[in-house]
Amino acid sequence: MHPAYSVILFTTSSGAGYGLLALLGLVGVNHGQASSLWFGVTAMLVALGLVTIGLLSSTFHLGHPERAWRAFSQWRSSWLSREGVAAVATYVPALLFGLVWSGLIEAPSWVAPLGIFTAVMAMVTVCCTAKIYSTLTTIRAWNNRLTVPVYAAFSLATGALMLAAISSLFGRFQLFQVIIGVMLLVILIALKLAYWRAIDTNPRNHTMEDATGLGRIGRVSQWEVPHTSENYIQKEMGYVVARRHAAKLRRLVILLLLLAALALLAAILAPAIAILAALLAAAAGVFERWLFFAEAQHVVTLFYGAKAA
Amino acid sequence: MTSLPPPSAKKLGLVIDLDTCVGCQACVTSCKEWNTQGYSEPLTDTTPYGADASGVWLNRVHGYEVKEQGQDQSRIVHFPRSCLHCETPACVTVCPTGASYKRAEDGIVLVNPETCIGCKLCSWACPYGAREYDVSHGVMKKCTLCVDRIYNENLEVEDRQPACVKACPTGARHFGDLGDADSKVSQLVAERGGYDLLPEMGYKPVNKYLPPRARRDATNQKAEALPKPDGSAFDRLFVWADKLLSGKQATVRASDLDHSSKLEG
Amino acid sequence: MTEPAVDTSPKTWDEIKTTTCYMCACRCGIKVYLKNGTVKYIDGNPNHPVNKGIICGKGAAGIKQHYSPARLSKPLVRVGERGSGEFREIEWEEALRTATMWLSEVRNTDPKKLAFFTGRDQSQGLTGWWAAQFGTPNYAAHGGFCSVNMAAAGLYTFGGSFWEFGEPDWKHTKYFMLFGVAEDHASNPIKKALGKLKAKGAKIISINPIRTGYSAIADEWIGIRPGTDGLFVGALIHELISAQKIDGEYLLRYTNSPWLIVENPGGADDGLFARNAQGSALIWDGHSGTPMPALSPDAEPKLMGRYKLPDGRRVVTSFQLIAERFLTPEWAPEAVSERCGVPVETIKRIAAELARTAFEEQIELDVPWTDHLGRYHEKMLGRPVSMHAMRGISAHANGFQTCRTIHMLQILLGTIDVPGGFRYKPPFPKPPPPGVKPAGKPGQVKPNTPLPGPPLGFVTSPEDLLVDAEGTPQRIDKAYSWDAPLAAHGMMHMVITNAAKKDPYSIEVLFMYMANMSWNSAMNVPDTIKYLTQKEPDGSYTIPKIIYSDAYSSEMVHYADLILPDTTYLERWDCISMLDRPISEADGPADSIRQPVVEPDRDVRPFQTMLLDLGNRLGLPGMTRTDGSPRYPGGYADYIVNHERAPGIGPLAGFRGPNGKAQGRGAPNPEQLQHYIDNGCHWYYELPDHMKYYRHVNWAYLDWATFFGFMGKPEPVIHQLYCEPLQKFRLAAQGHGKIIPPTEHRKRIQDHFDPIPFWYPPFEGEMVSGEEFPMHAVTQRPMAMYHSWGSQNSWLRQILGRNWLYMAREMAAKLRIADGDWVTVTSHHGQIKGQAKLMDGVNPETVWTWNAIGKRSGTWGLQAGADEAKKGFLLNHLISELLPEREGGYRYSNSDPVTGQAAWYDLRVRVEKAADQSAVSEPQFATLKKLRRAK
Repeated sequence: MHPAYSVILFTTSSGAGYGLLALLGLVGVNHGQASSLWFGVTAMLVALGLVTIGLLSSTFHLGHPERAWRAFSQWRSSWLSREGVAAVATYVPALLFGLVWSGLIEAPSWVAPLGIFTAVMAMVTVCCTAKIYSTLTTIRAWNNRLTVPVYAAFSLATGALMLAAISSLFGRFQLFQVIIGVMLLVILIALKLAYWRAIDTNPRNHTMEDATGLGRIGRVSQWEVPHTSENYIQKEMGYVVARRHAAKLRRLVILLLLLAALALLAAILAPAIAILAALLAAAAGVFERWLFFAEAQHVVTLFYGAKAA
Repeated sequence: MTSLPPPSAKKLGLVIDLDTCVGCQACVTSCKEWNTQGYSEPLTDTTPYGADASGVWLNRVHGYEVKEQGQDQSRIVHFPRSCLHCETPACVTVCPTGASYKRAEDGIVLVNPETCIGCKLCSWACPYGAREYDVSHGVMKKCTLCVDRIYNENLEVEDRQPACVKACPTGARHFGDLGDADSKVSQLVAERGGYDLLPEMGYKPVNKYLPPRARRDATNQKAEALPKPDGSAFDRLFVWADKLLSGKQATVRASDLDHSSKLEG
Repeated sequence: MTEPAVDTSPKTWDEIKTTTCYMCACRCGIKVYLKNGTVKYIDGNPNHPVNKGIICGKGAAGIKQHYSPARLSKPLVRVGERGSGEFREIEWEEALRTATMWLSEVRNTDPKKLAFFTGRDQSQGLTGWWAAQFGTPNYAAHGGFCSVNMAAAGLYTFGGSFWEFGEPDWKHTKYFMLFGVAEDHASNPIKKALGKLKAKGAKIISINPIRTGYSAIADEWIGIRPGTDGLFVGALIHELISAQKIDGEYLLRYTNSPWLIVENPGGADDGLFARNAQGSALIWDGHSGTPMPALSPDAEPKLMGRYKLPDGRRVVTSFQLIAERFLTPEWAPEAVSERCGVPVETIKRIAAELARTAFEEQIELDVPWTDHLGRYHEKMLGRPVSMHAMRGISAHANGFQTCRTIHMLQILLGTIDVPGGFRYKPPFPKPPPPGVKPAGKPGQVKPNTPLPGPPLGFVTSPEDLLVDAEGTPQRIDKAYSWDAPLAAHGMMHMVITNAAKKDPYSIEVLFMYMANMSWNSAMNVPDTIKYLTQKEPDGSYTIPKIIYSDAYSSEMVHYADLILPDTTYLERWDCISMLDRPISEADGPADSIRQPVVEPDRDVRPFQTMLLDLGNRLGLPGMTRTDGSPRYPGGYADYIVNHERAPGIGPLAGFRGPNGKAQGRGAPNPEQLQHYIDNGCHWYYELPDHMKYYRHVNWAYLDWATFFGFMGKPEPVIHQLYCEPLQKFRLAAQGHGKIIPPTEHRKRIQDHFDPIPFWYPPFEGEMVSGEEFPMHAVTQRPMAMYHSWGSQNSWLRQILGRNWLYMAREMAAKLRIADGDWVTVTSHHGQIKGQAKLMDGVNPETVWTWNAIGKRSGTWGLQAGADEAKKGFLLNHLISELLPEREGGYRYSNSDPVTGQAAWYDLRVRVEKAADQSAVSEPQFATLKKLRRAK
C-alpha cells in the first residue's frame, strides 16, 4: 500500500494525542485535579493539539475535505465513520475533563468520571482507527488480530512519553511515569515483533490463479499489463517496499523504541531527557507507520503480476 | 445507505467469456468514452500527451499466460476486469459517507459523486481493483453497469445495454439478470461453468467469468493421418482421376429452362 | 436514508449523425453523438453491414483522434532546412498557387517527374484517376508495402482475394484456418465471426509465429517459423493428393486443372495452354478421346494424362503437373517439418481433419442454381473448410507463391465460394486477373496529356510491362519492370530511395498523402531521412519539391516543403467505393459514405476537395470544363455524386437514377448523398439466395454482375491453378518473345515465375549468415492501434504507450536474457536497442514487437520525452529497402520478385543483452522541433 504522508501523520499524531489524553484521564482518576493550572492546560493543549493536527491532516488526503462532515453518518457499518464520530465525540468529555482537571473550572468531583470517560473515548477512537485497517480482508498484513493492540499500544506508549516529557518541563517528572512508559514500550516492542512475525509467517494464500480463476487450467503469469503506465490501482495498492529495505527499517523502529526506553530511564537522572525519549518514540512511530503501509500487500496486486498475496 | 439493502431479486451483471475475448480493447475505450460524458463524468487523464500518461478507466483488459499442466506451451488469456457488483461488497460497507451504495432494485453498486469525500477507503476494500480515484474530480469512480444507458429512454432499445457489451466485437461480454435462473446469462453460466473471482473473499460477485474451453490440438486430439498404402501414390491418383466425371450431377441443361425469372438484379 | 436519485435517462447529446469510421481500414458504420456541435460519443451503427453495431477499441477512441493536439491547422510552407521544423503559415490561395506552379511546370514538360503516392488513402478511385489525368504513371497507394501479394495471388488465381475482397462463410464453416493475421483489415467482421465460430464449436486453427489476439483464442496454434507457411501448406497438399482427398469434380468443372499445357521444352510455347484457333484453351475429352475447348458443356475432360494433339504437339493436363510436383517426397511432412517448426504428426493430423471436414461433413443447401455451362444443380454443395490469410503471408519475398499455395489448397478442397468455404464479396469475382492494364509505357507519358489508362493494373505478359527497349523501368518505383513485373499496387517503399539515387531517373515533385514515409512506413528510416535531405552540388535538394497532405503532425510533415492540412474523418465527405476497396458483404455489394458531422475549427480543407481544385487549376480535363471552370465546383461531394467512370457507373452504386431507385447502374442522382444519409450513410443490396454461392460460375450471378458493371462480360471465372501469365515471363527469361529481360534479370525471373505454386526461402535469410543472424524478427499490429495514428490519441496511448521486444522464454534463457533486460537487435543493416519481455506463445526462433509504436521525439503532438520516443522503438531501422548486392553489384529491392511486395517479415537478426542497461531505446533521433509557424 502506498504510504500517504497525511495518513502517517494523522495516525501517529492523533495516536499520541489520544494516548496522552487517555493517560491524563487516568492521572485525573488517580491524582485528582492537576497539580498546576499551567501544567494542566499545557498537557491538555498538547493532547488535543496532537489529536486535532492529526485529524486535520487526515482530511488533506480527501478529495473533498469540505464534505468531511458527511463521514459521521455511516457509523452503523463503517469503521471510518465510527472513527470520525468517536474522534469528534471525544472532544466533549476531553474538553470538559480538561476544564475541570486543570482547574479552570472548579469541580473536583467530576475529574474522575470525566477522566474515565475521556480515557475510554480516546482509546475507542484509536481502536476505531485500527479497526479501519484490521477489518480490510483485502490486505492480509492488516487483517490481523495484532493490528488493534499494536495501534493501542503505540498510542499509549507515545502518549506516555509525551506525558513524561511535559511533566519534565514542569518539574513534575515522576518515577511512575518511567515505569509506565517503559512497560508500555516493552509491550509495544513485543506486540510489534509478534505482529511482524505473524505477517511474515502467515501464508500468502491467495494466488494469481485464484484471482483470475484460471488456476483451473494451469499456472498463471502476467503477460500484458492493461496500460503501459502505472494507474491509480498500481500506485495506491501496488506499492511494495523491498524486503531488505523493510528489514532495515524494522530494526530502526525497534532501535528507536529501545533508545526511547533508555532515554526514559536516563530521565530519572535528568528529567529533560524525557523530551528526547518522546521524540525518539515519535520518530519510531513515523517509521513504523510507514512500514505498516509499505509492507502491506493488497490482494489486487494479484491481477498485476504478484504471484501470491 | 452504506449498510447493504436486503438482497434484490434482480442481480444485474456481466458474464465475460474468456474463451472468446481477443483483447481488442473495444470494451475499454467504449466504457471510457461513454462514462467520461455520462454518469462518471469526467474520467480524468493526467499528462495525456506526456510521459507516463495515465487516467481513470473503469474497465481494463489484462493479458495472462497460462501454462497448462504438463505442457510446454502456455496459452494467452485476455482478461477484462471491472466492477463485479458483488452481493456483499465491503467497498460499500466501509464507506463513511454513504456515497458508495448498492441499489436495492437491481444490485448495481454505485458511487454518488455528490457525497463522496474521496477518502479512497472503498478502493482499499475492493479485492478486484474495480475502483479508481479521479484526482481532478476528487471522488471515486467505478463501473456503473451503465446505469445511465440500460434504462435510458432516450436511447434505442437495442442500445440499452452497457457500452462495453454493445461494443464487444467477439460477443465475449453478456449483460443480464443473474438473479433470474432462466435468463440467458444465467444459462450461459450454468452451461459453461461460469465462476466467481476470489470466492473465498466472501464478496459474492454477481459478474461471472466463463473459462476458456479446452483446446483441440496435439495435446488432446488423437493422432491421425490420411491412409498411405504401399505402392505408387501417383498411380492411385491416376486411377482415381480416371473415374471422375465432370457432369454427372447436373441433371438438366439449363439452356432448356427459362431461368430469366431468377435474374432479379 | 434513501438511495440518491439517479437520472437513468440522461440525454447527453442533442443530435446523432451516422458516418463511417476511419480509425483503421475496416470502415465500420458509426453513430456520432453530438452536443452543441461537440463530439460526445461514438458507437457502432447496428444497421451497418460491416460491423452491425459493434465497434473496436480504436473506433470508440475516435473522439481523441478528432480532437488530437497533433492536428494541423493551416497550410505551411517550409522556410528553414528540411527537418528544421521551420515553416511559415500561409493562406490556402498561396498554398494552392504554389502547388499549381510546381505541378504545372512538371506537367508541361515531363509529367512522370511527379511522383504522387498516397498512404492510408481510402479514395484511391479518385487519386488514381487524378494521376492518370495528370499524366504521370508514378502513382500508387501503400498496397505495395502492405499486402499486394495477397491481392495479386488471389486475383491471378481465382479472381478474388483474401484481404477484405472476400471472407469465410462464417455461417456454415466448421474448420477455419487463419494464416498470419493480426487485427487489421476487416477487423470487426473477423472478430464478430470468431465469436460465432467459437459459440457453435467450429475449429479454429491459427498458423502464426505469435500466439496473441485471434491466435490466443484459436483451438489450435501452429507457431510456425516465419516465411515457411508455403512449405506447411504444400505438405498438406501432398497429404491430400496422396490420399485423393481432393474435390475432383470441382477441379474438373471450375478450375483449369484439366486444361492442356504444351510440353515443348525449349520451345516458345512450352508451358502455355494449348489453344484452338479461337483462342480457347483445350481439354482432353475422355469420351471422344479428342481435344475439345475447355468450356464445352458436353465434354468429359480428363483430369490427368499426357496426350498428343492432332497437330502433333505433346500436352499434359495442368493437374498432372501439379500432382507431379506435390507428390514428390520433398513436400512430404517429414521433409518440411523441421524447417517449418511444425511436427510431422501435426501436419498429418491437420490434413486428415481437413479431409474429414471437407468430404464427410459436406453441406447441402436446398438452393437450385445454374452454372456457366447451363447445367442445372438442385442443391448448392459446400465443403465447410475455410481460410483467411494476411500480412504474415504477404510480407515475405515468397509471399505471392505462398499465397497461391494456400489458394491451391482451398481449390483442391473445392472450397471457393461454396457453402462453408471462402466467399467472394462483390464486385468480386473478377476475371483472373482483371482486364485492366497499367498505363505508362514509353510514349504514353506526354506533356499536358492524360495517361491513356489507369496507372495500376494487371499485366499478363511481358508486353504489358512498363519498360523501354533496354528493359529500363518507366516508373520511379520500378513497378511493372523486370524487378517486379506483377506489381499491381506499385512499390511506394522504393520511391524515395530511387528518387534520391535517380534510378531510373530523377523527379521534380514528390506529392504524398497520409503516408508517414520518413518514419514507420519507411524501410531503413535513417537512410530515408538522409535521402529526403540529400542535396546536389548546387545546394538544391535532390528531391526538389515535396508536397505533403495530412491531418496530423507526423514525422513526415517535417521533411516536406509545402503542407496542405487535411480534415479529420469527422469533418469530411468520403465515399467507400466499389471502385476502390469495397466494404461489401459476401451476401451482396455494399458501399458507404462519410458525411461531415462537425465543421472544422481550423483552416483546413478535405484533401479530396483540395485535389479536385488543384486538378482544375492545372486544367486536368476530367476536372475542368471547356470554359476552364471546375467540373466539380461542389468539391468531393459533387464528384462522388456526379462523376461517372462508365455511363451510369459512379463512385457510389446505391440510390442512382431518378429518385434514387436504381442500383448499381443509373444516371447520377443529385439527391444521392441525402439518400445515403437517410439510410445511415451506407447502401447494401442483398443478393437472392441462388446468387450467393458459386458466383465464379453462377450463370445468374454473372449476368447480374455484368449489369452492375462488376464484369465486362458474363464469363465464368475459372480458377487458374496453373498461372499461365507467369509462364509467359518465364519464357521471356528463356529468350522467347519480343520483350525479353536484360540478361542480369533472367535467372531471377526464370526461378520465381513458376506457374505452379512452389516455395523458396525468403531472400534476406538466404543472403545473410544464419549463424550471424539466427533469429527472425517481425511486427504485429496491436488491436488498439492503426499505424502511427494511435499514439496521438490520449486514450490509446495509455493502453500502449511503448513497446517491448517479445521473445520466447526458452530462447531468452539460452541467450542469458532476463525479462526486462534491455537488448540489442542487430540485422545486416543496423542495430536497435529495446527492452525484452519474455513469453511462451512465440516461435522460439522469432522475436517480435508491436508495429509503429515507436515515435520520433517531438512529433504527433506529444511532449518530448514521451514513452513512445524514449522507450518505444521501430524494427524499421533494421530493415533495408534493398537486398544485399548480387549479380554484378545490382541491388534489388527487398521485395517479392513477382509483385514487388515489401518483404518486411524476412528480417533476420541477432539478439544480445545490451551492455548499456539504461532505460532508453536506441537509436534516439534528434527531437524534431515543434512546427514553427511564423506568420
